Amino acid sequence: MTALVELGGLEKRYEAVRALDGVDLSVAAGEVLGLVGHNGAGKSTLINVLAGTVVPDAGRIEVRGEDLTRGYDVTTATDRGIRCVFQELSLCPNLTAAENTRIVHRSIRGHGWHERARALIMATLDAVFPGHGIRPDRRIGDLSIGRRQMVEIARAFTETETPVRLVILDEPTSSLDSTAAEQLLAYVRRRQADGVATILISHLLGEILSAADRVVVMRDGKVVADRAASTLARDALVGLMGHVAQQPGAAAGRRRLDAAKVLDGPGPGGRHRLELRRGEVVGLAGLAGHGQTAALLAIYDRPRAFAAEAALAFVAGDRQADGVFPLWSIRDNIAVRSFAALRRHGLLDEGGVSELAETWRQRIGIRTPDVRNPILSLSGGNQQKVLFARALASAATIILMDDPMRGVDVGTKSEVYALIRQEATAGRSFLWYTTELDELVHCDRVYVFREDEIVAHLEQDEITERAVLQASFRADTEAVA
Amino acid sequence: MIIDWRELVRTSLPALALAALLGAIFWLQPRAMSYQGLNLLLNLSIPIVFATLAQMFVLTVGDLDLGIGGFVTFVACVTVTWLAEAPLVGVLILVAAIGLYAAVGALIELRNLPAIVVTLGMSFVWFGLAVIVLPSPGGRTPEWLIAAVRLRPPGIPLAILAAVGIGLVGHLLLMRTSFGVVLRGAGGNPRAITRAGWSMLQIRMTLYALAGLMGVFAGLTLAGITTSADANIALRYTLLSIAGAILGGSQFTGGRVSPIGAVLGALVMTLAASFLAFLRLNPDWQIGVQGAILILVLALRAVLDRLAGER
Repeated sequence: MTALVELGGLEKRYEAVRALDGVDLSVAAGEVLGLVGHNGAGKSTLINVLAGTVVPDAGRIEVRGEDLTRGYDVTTATDRGIRCVFQELSLCPNLTAAENTRIVHRSIRGHGWHERARALIMATLDAVFPGHGIRPDRRIGDLSIGRRQMVEIARAFTETETPVRLVILDEPTSSLDSTAAEQLLAYVRRRQADGVATILISHLLGEILSAADRVVVMRDGKVVADRAASTLARDALVGLMGHVAQQPGAAAGRRRLDAAKVLDGPGPGGRHRLELRRGEVVGLAGLAGHGQTAALLAIYDRPRAFAAEAALAFVAGDRQADGVFPLWSIRDNIAVRSFAALRRHGLLDEGGVSELAETWRQRIGIRTPDVRNPILSLSGGNQQKVLFARALASAATIILMDDPMRGVDVGTKSEVYALIRQEATAGRSFLWYTTELDELVHCDRVYVFREDEIVAHLEQDEITERAVLQASFRADTEAVA
Repeated sequence: MIIDWRELVRTSLPALALAALLGAIFWLQPRAMSYQGLNLLLNLSIPIVFATLAQMFVLTVGDLDLGIGGFVTFVACVTVTWLAEAPLVGVLILVAAIGLYAAVGALIELRNLPAIVVTLGMSFVWFGLAVIVLPSPGGRTPEWLIAAVRLRPPGIPLAILAAVGIGLVGHLLLMRTSFGVVLRGAGGNPRAITRAGWSMLQIRMTLYALAGLMGVFAGLTLAGITTSADANIALRYTLLSIAGAILGGSQFTGGRVSPIGAVLGALVMTLAASFLAFLRLNPDWQIGVQGAILILVLALRAVLDRLAGER
């Protein structure tokens, strides 16, 4: 049987990160392929390449035996019947379900287009999610998140000129209730008979194992396992996602149970309390987007609810969106958190600001000849150092970190790890959301998040990749809400 | 069929505001309730309606056009000079001006610039060009244009016919065609539009060109009504057009626009001025009261939104 899609030697780099490091993957017609891996394993880059929204640096893309590598883009992908349901919604919230269907089908135009678009999406919705109760003429923005997800999924299965051959579903059931999730998986299996292949990405391993014929495991931008689903059990799958060699916790012997609590409050979900002691580095782990950032923001916005007496500082992870002030100098970006303390007679003490910035440039090793240079003259890693300097230069003793090492090079990382440890020894406390398993070895304790709740609390000697992965991926044997 | 009453009230808010204003004017001045009265009341609204539509096209993609007042002024100045004396050159200038509008859209898209800044800069360009074309007030609008805006169709005044016509064409183009859906989608979620294989560059250029076209119509009709022009003639159109579009239910972000609402909003803004005249208030208060009406309607809408949110 010729493969429907054949990918060979795909490579993609982002700054310091190898997102794809020589990936080979083939999908046969009518096959359901499960794709699993922890954060940063390369899953989303891979499906973006397949959907035509990311151009790989190297590699080969073949669809039905035709080499399409050169100039492969969204239109090429859709013309060959490849559809992708992205994790963040790609519907226009100001348009109706019918209008959103027209957006992806160029052939729905001319007289009566609206009736055709409406009939098409309704027929597909009825087939995938019987009893969905969605009116096709309501704006997407007015629908509940679950119903939006249904429209998006159904839209991927609508057919006009080209038949659907491959649908990529990235965490499709994350906002669906259990009935709708089952309806979707049943539909996917029904369409197998028509030769429609599906790539399914999910953090619900039970879902993957029951729905998929074959499971591909990714890690660090590589495919590390490719097996028939029937030969795999959940535990084996979890083992494949982690590294083979388990590193012992580098933070060994630094427990501080005697130190005073600086944060203490009910954790999200209510199963575990969220505590932080003086001098502690506590990790927030789990798959990206499972409520870790929201938990940090909840603490930052309402420190009283967590009995926080000391000042807090926040280190943003998304530098462009909520980190740097792009038009300011490096100096002002460092000092902004401390402006209140640097006042003299009601005005900013320019000398003090420069002094503070210069001190931290040297301490943290920001690579610039002059702190008055614009912040954008720095590389991503050095910009991130500026954000650390901003938090550490302030009087705050509780530092909240929102996955700050995203896309930072290895050299900078190890410098910052040392700095965090040094500051913790000096009495500061860190709450550190990280999407990278490797970083958890720098933590004294770890809370694992899943579906906006803390589902596990790991003491120092329990922090292993396996334990974190076990908690991050849910088995269906556990109670479904 | 379930009717969502709050949604219905929300969308009919501009129409209700217009009805309330007309009612107040008729109560103050019953003679306005005639063909001639309505004609006088609404005649000045035609260029404002066009300018508001222009603003709405730019709002569709989530931008704001601070240059429309300057553009309408420029067009009016070209109309009373080149279009009257050398019609062919005049037409070429206006076509090139629309092309320049599309080019501004392209620049904003390609360089990822804030539209407010670029269009604000363009407003100085347009006003400057207007002064060059017509250094001192005067000029003469072509006779055919004056005759066109003075048409007296039987039964219904021209301004009302024009408003209904413009509103319907805008509604069909933007709300009903499969092409208009893509244009509006670009304001709602540009990434989704790009992922579906559409070009944001083409979309932005199209919308800016449409805005330019509406701006040309606004300048032509304005010159037709006033029969001459000066380089400050449409100074207030920028803010009037934004106010009219927002009053009519368009939003600054997210591609939520309404052509019919924009037309109604423009009429409300025009009538607000007349209303004050009938009240014998000092004309200096005009802008203030227009602002007050805007705040009132927007506050009502905010209340309705909040009620809807609490369901």
